[in-house]
Order: sequence, then structure tokens, then C-alpha cells
Amino acid sequence: MTDTPVIQLSDLSIGFTGRAGHTLPVLRNIDLTVRPGESIGLVGESGSGKSTVALAAMGYLKRGLRVLGGTARFEGHDMFALKRRELETLRGGQLALIPQNSGQSLTPTLRIGAQLTEALRLHSRLDPAQFPDRVLELLGQVRLPDPQTITRRYPHELSGGQQQRVAIAMALAGEPRALLLDEPTTGLDVTTQAHILELLRDLARETGMAMVYVSHDLGAIARVCDRVVVMYAGEVVMEGSARQVLTAPTHPYARGLLASIPKLSDPHLPMALGGRPPAPGGAGDGCAFVDRCALASDLCRATRPMLAPGPGGAPVRCHHADRADTLPMSSQGDHAARAEAGTAPVLSLQDLEIRYSRPGLLDRLRGREDTRPATVDDITISIAKGETLGLVGESGSGKSTILKTIAGLLPPAGGEIRFDGDAPLPRSVEQRGPDHLRRIQLIFQNPDDSLNPRHTIAEILEQPLKLYFGLSGTALQDRCVEILERVRLGGHYLDRLPSQLSGGEKQRVAVARAFAANPDLVLCDEVTSALDVSVQAAVLELLNDLKAAQGTTYVFVSHDLAVVRALSDRVAVLYQGRLCEIGPSAEVYALPSHPYTEVLLGAVLEPDPDTAPKLTADDVIELSPPAKGCPFQRRCPRKIGARCDTDTPPWQTRDDGHAIRCHIPLDDLHRQQQADS
Amino acid sequence: MLQMFLRRLFLGAITVAIVSMIIFAGVEILPGDACTAFLEREAQGRVLENCREELDLNRPAVVRYLDWASDALRGDLGVSANGQRSIAEMVGARLQNSLLLAACALIVGVPTAIFLGVVSGLWRDRPVDLVLSTGAIFAMTIPEFVSATVLILVFSVWLGWLPGIVLTSANAPASEFFPEIILPVVVLAMVMTAHILRTVRSSVIEVMNSDYVQMATLKGVPYWRIVFRHALPNALLPAINVVALTIAWLLGGVVVIEVVFNYPGLGRMMIDAISDRDLPVVQAIALIVATVYVGVNLTADLLTMVANPRLRTLYTRK
Ligand SMILES: Nc1ncnc2c1ncn2[C@@H]1O[C@H](COP(=O)(O)OP(=O)(O)O)[C@@H](O)[C@H]1O
Ligand code: SF4
Ligand code: SF4
Ligand SMILES: [Mg+2]
Repeated sequence: MTDTPVIQLSDLSIGFTGRAGHTLPVLRNIDLTVRPGESIGLVGESGSGKSTVALAAMGYLKRGLRVLGGTARFEGHDMFALKRRELETLRGGQLALIPQNSGQSLTPTLRIGAQLTEALRLHSRLDPAQFPDRVLELLGQVRLPDPQTITRRYPHELSGGQQQRVAIAMALAGEPRALLLDEPTTGLDVTTQAHILELLRDLARETGMAMVYVSHDLGAIARVCDRVVVMYAGEVVMEGSARQVLTAPTHPYARGLLASIPKLSDPHLPMALGGRPPAPGGAGDGCAFVDRCALASDLCRATRPMLAPGPGGAPVRCHHADRADTLPMSSQGDHAARAEAGTAPVLSLQDLEIRYSRPGLLDRLRGREDTRPATVDDITISIAKGETLGLVGESGSGKSTILKTIAGLLPPAGGEIRFDGDAPLPRSVEQRGPDHLRRIQLIFQNPDDSLNPRHTIAEILEQPLKLYFGLSGTALQDRCVEILERVRLGGHYLDRLPSQLSGGEKQRVAVARAFAANPDLVLCDEVTSALDVSVQAAVLELLNDLKAAQGTTYVFVSHDLAVVRALSDRVAVLYQGRLCEIGPSAEVYALPSHPYTEVLLGAVLEPDPDTAPKLTADDVIELSPPAKGCPFQRRCPRKIGARCDTDTPPWQTRDDGHAIRCHIPLDDLHRQQQADS
Repeated sequence: MLQMFLRRLFLGAITVAIVSMIIFAGVEILPGDACTAFLEREAQGRVLENCREELDLNRPAVVRYLDWASDALRGDLGVSANGQRSIAEMVGARLQNSLLLAACALIVGVPTAIFLGVVSGLWRDRPVDLVLSTGAIFAMTIPEFVSATVLILVFSVWLGWLPGIVLTSANAPASEFFPEIILPVVVLAMVMTAHILRTVRSSVIEVMNSDYVQMATLKGVPYWRIVFRHALPNALLPAINVVALTIAWLLGGVVVIEVVFNYPGLGRMMIDAISDRDLPVVQAIALIVATVYVGVNLTADLLTMVANPRLRTLYTRK
């Protein structure tokens, strides 16, 4: 291995011209060196400039941005001085990017095969006759099932995980010497993410390819990277080996970031990092982090710290790095508020069955039953007042479907829903009275989709207040302000539009709108999945406070097991629309586990370079549940034979209410799992 | 796919049927009928009775609607109130003229619009784009009769290059309309070019800023290949529907142009029929325009579906 860097950014500053005509920097004096075969992690909140750095390494700037100073070199080529033709040969060939959102990065009108072939034609030295085989080989390499079929598909016909793998295959087509990855696994299921990361690690090791891995997910970084660079407000604030940065960070921001991550091993709520980063150009003369830093002093406000070796030897940009170890870096937040025991159930689901497919007209006339397995089936759960029930499972496991049915947006095909001990709830929203609508509220994953972009925050909050409580005039106004204050936003947000708020603020407005109805039951669908970890911590804290204050009951859906653990009293694990396991959180996260829960927990990446995920060799996400037997039969690593294929496994319930649905007796399961861990 | 096509066709037919009822009802609700309109002052006593008898106006409205509709289905649009001529014949000639005008405007306008739209989208905020975009806004906001008058003033009155109004009779063969048709075509092409250009421009800009074009750039795909293979197939999809709307507009809504240039098209015939209170003709034209509208939009939707894999695979897979 030579020591000439593959990628070298020197004193690189990038910015744009703001409305007032000032030059506003997005990146400030970035130095970054990546050597052959090295994997570097780039972490920081969204907006810290991570993507801009990755794109700059390719000599690419988003529209409106320009280089203010410094250089970006790839194997000695000055990327911003190259001609278009020279750039075209390097990009996608020796230097490739895997984009943040591969779903939108594949051209919708071209088949997957055509897009991969194009990459080969541009960068491969192979004979064109060999392209078809090479395409199949690349798709096989990223572990896509049935490559032949995939080549004929259009991007929208693939799942998110599959699109991501296609993007990886495309990047590998040119046999790159350096790979830039911009949040390649954000938003994917834990199992898919873990498999993709293992794939990347192996590839890098086999081919000696260098990687720059951009992410706000420290777990993923810990798994893939040797060295980590922490960015804040367009600056590098700390740099060091993965172990050093993740276990003994010397910059207050890096510590705060670590503390805001919910961890599987830790049942506390994560600690939110208050405030938000300065806008480009808003950092002032001192340290950019000064408004959010617990160690801030007058010195910090007056002079910008330089990147200099800190206590452990790693470069850090802080005047008081020697005192950083006084700050917490694990989640010492509150314990989630717990439900009072023995209260009557607020919500009970009895044998709930949900189907998306409607029988065809012809079948209905002939009176034929739909014989396909239902999307969701056999769900029986009851939730006590003030309790938080976590619902986990991979994408497509039916989590959101169940929430929609409880909310009345999707009438069930069978079974019933009882609310507050009453008679069964009417099946659809149209049949429910205003009181029911008020008492059950739903919060969605993406506030951009659920908040009308043309309504001001005031209008958004007034709607439920007028509708359910008939408020008007100053009473209405006061109530809006009060609600905003409860989600820690304040009255000056009333006249703003959603587009003028950050992601976390928008999600708070969505929470505020739900709580404006003074609900008894709040259904949360992946409410923190689109948010940065630090913002996520704040939203979790908010949900917990509201629950403590009002005794609200939550059904909390997430694919992030650590997040669910932090907030839930009880957790239900869902596979292919069927319950596998349910019980108090502490029990579900401890042994014995249902084999599926075990697979999920094994795939979780902890922000600790010394842990490795436990992966099952070939797990591919399935599209529909099997007709009979255990729903998990096709992926189960502990399958005990034909019984799993034919017989529905029984519920095995323990005294503490922890129940597992599996043919293996609990004691055996426990023993096997203990032996393996 | 076929099933979907048949369903859309069926829905289109229902739309036309409902529109035909509305048209019929609308004319029915107006005070007076074809005979009172035609006979004017003499519309009383026996004369009126005879006329009504002759035009079958004494039967219940529902029966007359069914008659009218089923005749129309067979291509028989009845006879006009005044001339006693077959409406199908009268309208047929006018429809041909309208089609001629529309076809010429489309042949000139659509390629120009798409080309200029792509150019101004690709060179966004550069001088070309500023000129084209400002020009488009001008062409859209200036009323057609103003631009028509200015063009007549310049090209036929001052320069004397082109005839300013159409003198050819309505039934003349298409070739005789040249060169008289040139100025009306220019005015129409200007307006429609402006609309299509703006749609194409914004769609090109959106697509060129998309993640997949950025990705293609970072994959090392040469610029013009990105434009033609990755961007344009996506950017031109929205143009299909705008072109369809334009066609419908050209066939039914260009009354002002036809009047200014004295062009014997459908629009002017409609105006004349309205002022003559020739209700059967009004009904017939309204029905034709509605059918064209539905037909053109249906075609556009189907084309979009064929061109857009997202929609196509919805019906061909699974
Ligand atoms: N085209 C652009 N014009 C102006 N500012 C931009 C542009 N793209 C990104 N920015 C700004 O640059 C900063 C860094 O963005 P980005 O690199 O996307 O961050 P990250 O990848 O860490 O989320 C943000 O403040 C963002 O608002
Ligand atoms: S320089 Fe001061 S404000 Fe900045 S991180 Fe260090 S202690 Fe905090
Ligand atoms: S019943 Fe069988 S297939 Fe299902 S989880 Fe248990 S062992 Fe695995
Ligand atoms: Mg980013």
C-alpha cells in the first residue's frame, strides 16, 4: 500500500451568494485525506455539509454553490480544474458515488439492465459482448435475488433495499479505486442495512478500495470505518480513529451526538442536544458550537478555535477539549414514564384481520372467498391506559397498516376494535362520531406530507380546536400559543409556513396538532425516522413529557428497535402481519426471544467499533406470508422441521405476560440462544 | 392494459353522453325554440304550429333527445332550422377547415415549442432563456385579436406580403386556403408555442435538477447523452397533455382568430348559429367540440401511459 492519498481536500471552502448579496460559506477550510484502502466516516447533523464534501471530492457542486478557496484532488488531479471530458472519464470509473436516495437516483424511464450497461460502456474495458454477463455478475455480487429478472425491471418496481443494491452495483461497475457513500443505508430496515454494510466491508477489503462513508448513523460508521471525521456547521470539529471518536470523543459536539443516540443496551431515553446549528454564514467570530455547548466560555465566543491535537492526540477544534470528558456521552436521559399497573384497557384489538386486496367483482358475484393469506391476521392485543405499546418489524410487516385500521382509514376484513371498553368501534372513519375522531389521533412519519404547505402553523393548529372544541377569537389564539409552548416552539411560530421550519420543528407541529385534539390515544407511525438523531432525541423527550403530563396512551411504530425500547412499556414484534412476540420491553429485549426478534436484534448496529452484528446467512425480505404454518418458516434460522411448515405455532405465555409464538419450547429456545451468544 | 383501455373508452363515451344531455337540456331551457327563432315575428298561430310539426318539436323532450342522440351516433346531425340543409354537411366542411387550421398550427407550433422549451430549460437564466421566457409571457398575455391586428397591419397593410383576411369560401379544397391561412396560423402557433414552451421549460429544469440526472453526471455520462437519454424522455411526458389541451382549444376555442381573419371554421359557425338562434346547429357543434375534447384527452392519457413505465407496468405486470 502506497501512502499517496486517493482523495485529498485541502483548505477547501465552498459557499453561495445569499439574498443580501453576501457570500455565505457552506464548507469552511476542510482538510481531508483518504489513503488507498482506507474507510473514512463523515458524521454530523443534516446540513453540516457532509454531502457537499462528498460531492466536492468528485468535482461536483450543487446548483448555486461555488468554490471559495482550496482544492479537491483525486489521485493528484485537481477536480475543479479538470475539463468536462476528463471529469467524465474519472467519475463513475475510478471514483464512484452511491447516492443518498437511490430510489430517486435511478432514471425512471430506463430499465435497470440498460442503466448498468451504460455504466459498463462508459468505464469498463470489457468487450461489449461480455456486458450482459458482467451485469448479472454485478447484481449477484450485491446479493440481489434473480438478477435476470431485475435487469428487465424499471427502478420503481424494486423495493428500497433493492434499489440501493442496484446503485451499489452501478458504482462497482467501473471498478472504482474510491467509493463515496452518501447515507447509503438511511431509511432501510435493520436487516437490509446490516447486510449491505457487510457487503461493502468485504468489497473494500477484497479490492483495496477506499471509502468515504457519509452518515448520521454512528452505528453504521462504527461498523465500516477505520477513521471518523466529525463535521459541524461546515467545519471539521474532530477527527480520529473510529474507536477514539466513538468511545472517548474530545469535542463537546461529538459527545452530545453520542448521547443523543438511543442504544439497545440502554433503556433510558436518549439525551437531546438542545438548539440548532447556525445557518450558513451565521457562525460569527467564535466557535460555531458556542450556543449549544455546556463548556462555552468568553474565549469561545471571541475566537474561533483551530483544529489542533487534543488530549488523546486526535485533532479537535475546541478551546476546552481537555474538559470535554466531564460531559455525558451516554444516554442519561429520563426513564420513560411508566403506565400505572392494572388499569382497564383503552384499546383492545380482537382477532384483527386486514386485507388490501378486494375480491374481484366476478368472485364476489360467485360468492367466492378470498383464499390468499391476509396482509395482517390474527392480531389480538390490549393496551392499558397510559401505556406505550411499541410495534416493531421490517418494512412491509404491516405496522402502518394496523395503525391505519385503528384510525379507521382502512376497514378491517375481520375481528373488532374496542375503544375505552365501549361497544366495538365503527370500522371506518365515516361511521365514527366526532368524539371518537378526536380521541384517536395519528402522527405520520413525514411531516412534509402531513402538513399542508400552504397553511400557516396557526391555521394548522386551529383546525382541530375549532372542529372539536368550537373555539374562536382570542380563546382560540391563546390555546394555539399554549399548545405550541407545550411542544417548546412558542407563539412566534404561528405565522410561519411549514417550509420555514426545520424537520424537527415540523414534526413538533405535527405532534402539537395531534395533542390539540386532547386525545386519549395517539398513534405514532415512524415519527422520528426522518429526523437526525439529536432531533429524534428531542421529539422522543417531548412525547414522553406529554405522556407523563396527560396520561396519553401511545401505539409507537418504528423499525428502529433502540428507539422503541427507549419509549415503550410493552413491545409487540410483527412479521408479515402476524404477531411473533409480545411482552414488557425488558423481557422482549432479553432472552428468550422469538427467532425473528433474535434476527432483528442481531442486525442492530451499536455505535461501538468492538461489536459486530449477528447476521443470518441468507435473509431476503419476503413479499407475502406463507399460507400455513409459522409465518417465519422460510427465514427462520432455528426452524425445527416440517411442523413449522404445516402447523401454526402456539402462544407460549409466561407469568409476566411475555408471550412467544414458536414450536420450540421456551426453555429450549432460551438454552440455544444463550449457547449462541 | 386492454381492459384499462376499454374502461377509459367507456368512461369517455359516458362523458360525451352526459355532455350531450347537458347541451340538449341547456338549449331546451332557453325560452323559445328553433321555430320561434326562425320565424321571428311570424311565430304564431298556424305557421308556428306547422313549423313545429315539421321539425317534430311537439313530442316530449326525452323522446326528442333520444332521437337526436341516436341520429348523431349514426353521423346524422339533423337539419338546420333556417336553411333546411343537412347540418352534417354544413358542419363537415367547417370541421375540415378547422382541422386544416389546427393541423398547420400544430405542425409549426409543437416542434418549435418543444425545441425552444428544451433550449430555455437547459440554458436556464442565460440570455437565451430570458429572451424566450419573456417572449412566451408576452405571447400569452397579449390578447389574440391585438397580435392578429398588428400582424395584419405589418404584413399585409404595410409590407403587402401576405393576405390579411381569408376570402376563400367555406367549401373550397384545402389547397386554396394558402397563402391566406398563414397569418392565422402564425397567431395561433405563437399562443400555443408560448404555453407548451413554458411547460416544457419548467419540466426540463425540474428533471435536470433531479437526483437521477445528478447521478448520471456523477456516473460520468457525457452531457448530451444525459440530456437525450436520461432527461428528455422524462421531461417531455407532461408536454403530451398540454399538447392535447392545445388541440382541443384549436378545434373549438379559436373564435376570435376566425372572426378577425374571417376564417370559415367551426368557431365562427358557432357564433353565427348563436346569433341566428339556429339551435340545432349550436347543439351539433357543441357536441362535436365536446367529443373532440374527450377524444383528444383520452389519446393523451393513453400516450402518457405508454411512454411512462411507471404507469405502463401498473397494467402489464402482476
Ligand atoms: N444548492 C445549494 N444552495 C445553497 N445552499 C445549499 C445548497 N445545497 C446545500 N446547501 C446548504 O449547505 C449546507 C450543507 O448541506 P449538505 O452538504 O447537504 O449537508 P448534509 O449532507 O450534512 O446533510 C446546508 O446548510 C444546506 O442548506
Ligand atoms: S470551543 Fe468552546 S464553545 Fe466551542 S466546542 Fe469547545 S468549549 Fe464548546
Ligand atoms: S415455529 Fe418454527 S419456523 Fe417459526 S419461529 Fe419457531 S422454529 Fe422458527
Ligand atoms: Mg446529506
